[in-house]
Amino acid sequence: MSGAETTIREVLQANGKLPVSAMTLHDEDDLYQHGLSSHASVNVMLALESAFDVEFPDALLRRDTFKSVAAIRAALESLGAEV
Amino acid sequence: MTSSTDEFRNALFDAGLLVPGSATGLFHRSFAFENVIRGIESFVSAAGSDVQRRQLYFSPILDRSVLAKSDYVISFPNLVGVLTSFTRPEKDLSELIERVESGGDWSELLSSNGLALGGAACHHIYPTLAGTEVPLDGLLYEVQASCHRHEPSEDPARMQSFSMREFVYVGTESGAIAHRELWLQRGAELLNKLGLSVEMVTANDPFFGRAGKLMVTTQREREAKFELVAAITSPSPGAISSGNYHGDHFGKAFAISLPGGDAAHSSCFAFGLERITLALLHRHGLDIAAWPSQVRSSLHLLD
Repeated sequence: MSGAETTIREVLQANGKLPVSAMTLHDEDDLYQHGLSSHASVNVMLALESAFDVEFPDALLRRDTFKSVAAIRAALESLGAEV
Repeated sequence: MTSSTDEFRNALFDAGLLVPGSATGLFHRSFAFENVIRGIESFVSAAGSDVQRRQLYFSPILDRSVLAKSDYVISFPNLVGVLTSFTRPEKDLSELIERVESGGDWSELLSSNGLALGGAACHHIYPTLAGTEVPLDGLLYEVQASCHRHEPSEDPARMQSFSMREFVYVGTESGAIAHRELWLQRGAELLNKLGLSVEMVTANDPFFGRAGKLMVTTQREREAKFELVAAITSPSPGAISSGNYHGDHFGKAFAISLPGGDAAHSSCFAFGLERITLALLHRHGLDIAAWPSQVRSSLHLLD
C-alpha cells in the first residue's frame, strides 16, 4: 500500500463514519454501500483537500468521485496530487 | 427580484391581501388570504383521508439539539434561527439597558436558550420517534407547522415565516419511495384541479457553501428531491410543493428502527401553503370572489 493510499484510507477512517474499517476495504469497494453517508462524504472531501493540499473543482464535486478508494485516488491524481 | 414580482407584490399590498411586516421577508396575511390557506388545508387533507394517519399541528419551535442531530445546522447554517434570552446575572442588566437606550447591539448580551425555530414541519416528527421501532408497514403522518428560514427577500414567494402541510412516512425503503411517488402524483393532480399548471422537476436543497455543492450533486444524482413548480409571484416558476426521500438519514440520526434492527427510511411530501395561495392569486386574480367556481368550491370559499 503506497503512502498516499494509506493517507486516503486514514482520511476515510477518521471522517467516513464507516461501520467497517477503511484499512481493509478493497480498492473498488463501493463506499456508499459500505455506509458512507452524503454528509460524511463532505467531511471526507474536506479532509482529503487538506491532506493532499488540493481543491476539488466543481466538476469533481459528485457522488462518483468519492465512491471508492480507487475513485478517490484517480480524482486526486487528476488534480496533480502525488498519489 | 424581477419587476413583475415587484408589481405583483405591490398589487397584493394595494388589495390588502398582504401587509408588510416589521422586517424584510415578513408579511402579514389578511383573513381573506388565510381563508384560502384553510381551504387548501382541508382540500389536501381530504385527499389523504383514505388511510389512517397521525395528525399533528406542531409549534414553530423545537429543541436546538434537533437541528444538530438532523445535520440541518451544518447543511444550512445560513438559514437557521436559534432563540436567545438574557441568562446573565442581574448585575449585567445595566449594560443591557445602556445598549437598548443607546441603540447599540443588545442582542450580543443574550445567549442561546436551547430552543430554535423549525425549518420544516417533518423535523418535529423524528424526535418523537427517537429510540423506537416502527412497524414494517410504516407510520403515516399528516402534519403542519409554521416554519422559519433566514433568507430575507422582498419577494413574498420567499417569506421568512411560512407554513407547510406535510404527508410523511416512516418505515421501509420501498414504503418511503412509494409514499413519495404516490404524493407527487396526487399533489400534482390536486394542484391541477385548482387551475394551476404545475410541472415536476428534479430539485435540490440549498446546501451551504462549497461542501454544499457535493451535497447538491449527490442529492440530484440520487433523485432524492422533486418539486412541483408553478408561477408564484412572477411568470418564472418556483416550487409550491416538494417530495423528498430521505433514505435512512433521519432513521439513523434519531435511532428509529425497523423490526430486525435496520434504521427506518422516511419520505415526505410538503405543500407550501402561502406559495400555493400566491400561485392561485397569480393565476386567478386578486379578487378571490371572482375565482372560477370549481376552484372556490374545492377550497370551501363559496358563500
